[in-house]
Amino acid sequence: MSQPAPLPSEWARLHPLSPVVHGGRAAAALVTAVALNSAAQRHRTPWSALIAVGIAVIGGLVYWSVTKWRVHNGELQINTGLFRRQQVRVPLTRIQGIDTNRPLLARALGLSELKLILAGHDTGLAKLAYLGEDRAVAVRAQLLAVAHGLSDDTPEPVEYPILHVPGGRIVTANLLSTRFTVGAVMVAAAIATIIFFPQVIGPVLATVVTLLFGDLLVTARQISAEWEFQLAEAPDGIRLRSGLLQTRAETIPHGRVQAVRWVEPLWWRPFGWVRLEFDVARRRNNDRGDRQSGTTSKALLPVGSREQARWLLDRLLPGAVAELPASEGVPRRAVWRLPLARRYARLHHDGVYISCCTGRLRRDTVVVPLAKVQSIRWSQGPWSRRLRLASVFVDTAGQRFTGNARCRDVEEAQQLMARLPDLARAARANASAR
Amino acid sequence: MELDWLSPSPQMWRARKLQLGLVAGVAILAAGLGLGIGVGAAAGIAVAAGIAVAAALYGVLLWRRYRAWGYAEREDDLLVRRGVMIRRLTVVPYGRMQFIDVTAGPVDRLFKLATVQLHTAAASTDARIPGLDTGEAERLRDRLAALGEAKATGL
Repeated sequence: MSQPAPLPSEWARLHPLSPVVHGGRAAAALVTAVALNSAAQRHRTPWSALIAVGIAVIGGLVYWSVTKWRVHNGELQINTGLFRRQQVRVPLTRIQGIDTNRPLLARALGLSELKLILAGHDTGLAKLAYLGEDRAVAVRAQLLAVAHGLSDDTPEPVEYPILHVPGGRIVTANLLSTRFTVGAVMVAAAIATIIFFPQVIGPVLATVVTLLFGDLLVTARQISAEWEFQLAEAPDGIRLRSGLLQTRAETIPHGRVQAVRWVEPLWWRPFGWVRLEFDVARRRNNDRGDRQSGTTSKALLPVGSREQARWLLDRLLPGAVAELPASEGVPRRAVWRLPLARRYARLHHDGVYISCCTGRLRRDTVVVPLAKVQSIRWSQGPWSRRLRLASVFVDTAGQRFTGNARCRDVEEAQQLMARLPDLARAARANASAR
Repeated sequence: MELDWLSPSPQMWRARKLQLGLVAGVAILAAGLGLGIGVGAAAGIAVAAGIAVAAALYGVLLWRRYRAWGYAEREDDLLVRRGVMIRRLTVVPYGRMQFIDVTAGPVDRLFKLATVQLHTAAASTDARIPGLDTGEAERLRDRLAALGEAKATGL
């Protein structure tokens, strides 16, 4: 392999084919929308669509022509914007990680997008879209090397693959999901309605087909996003790779995980399958960016056996437990508040983690490292007060889930409120001492 | 645990009374006069009385809500309690505070009141203390900011 080109110290442009991807993605969305529209009213040249596509392509061209980047003074500098000039300056030492996104069109053209992950900052503009594939790999390695204080010709650190979920498994698992169950129930209900009231066949079919279409679309997106899911251990964290049409490679830096959720949907239980999801601290705005680049899932393990999940959880949060014994449940009288979920409302905590289990059909267990706790809340409604119950919530900087210990005995909840702040403080001190 | 629970200023209750009184007064006048002239005196009086009773009941709830607010500064964290029907208690470690907001609406300013709100990196933290005297709000803000600085920890 030849020596990769060094990072540009003079202003450089992105890959000349970038506008095609930018424009193409917008165009694809527009064309689909217009095609659906004009299917209803044939024989009409969709002029508006053509103009819209033209605007999208020109927009991509302009973005490409005004965007330049370089590495200067230990900063990655990106200048962009036609009317409102925007200058993004990223100190290389602040880079937490670099994600690689490859939308379908970019893959076809051999391009990749690099997205910089910074702690608690809006990363919306800190991206290089797009670079040539090899160039992207080289730039990523060089930026990370410099970020870690090494020289930029340090070879990319070796990754050790630790887990692989084949595409077939993802498909099966998604077909057994709650979403699919809802769809099946809907179809059954529709068939029953049609048998008993044949006169309403038209509207019923139309409704069911529309609803199922949305259902299938979400399922297909999920499958596509998690296709051939792979995990690898790298020195700076755990690397996730997946994708059927659009591929992405993402890094979870060590010690950045705010919470892990262990999910067991109803139909997975006979197979002993589990899904693990993770939550990291990022700002709201970034979620929008993630959605734009098509990232739908935050799975650490899209589907796997209990052993795999246990092993992976232990790897990420050493010593954490997600399978809680029945003895850590809520009092019998909580059945008035949680008629279905009472048996699985469980709570376990030690000096390092707190795990809360909720849900009946889909059992969710959220594991929060006490060192990541931001605040602790107690809540007691009139019903719970009569039943001498109270709920305790544990908030983290993640956005997707909170620890949720519902309907504990009042005394136990009071003890939790008294002890958790101290335990969390001790855990924080411990974590920062290490 | 012996805790010094502090309460919002009595001015807050006055402010709430004024707000309620204004809204209820306008509603009673409008409905009473409107119906009284348009439909008949009996209807006007009945509706006005109804609104007055509802406002009085709501006033009782406001009073109890006002009484329920409380906050306590412990060595390492701040406690905020609130709520009548649903009672809530929030514990925020000083080291977790990202920033502190002090806001005062027009009515609050009239009564020299302010609301202090604590923000952590978690969006679900709801630590808000309304109805503080401006002086107390400033003291709390400065104290919390200083403590937050001293005990700050990373994410």
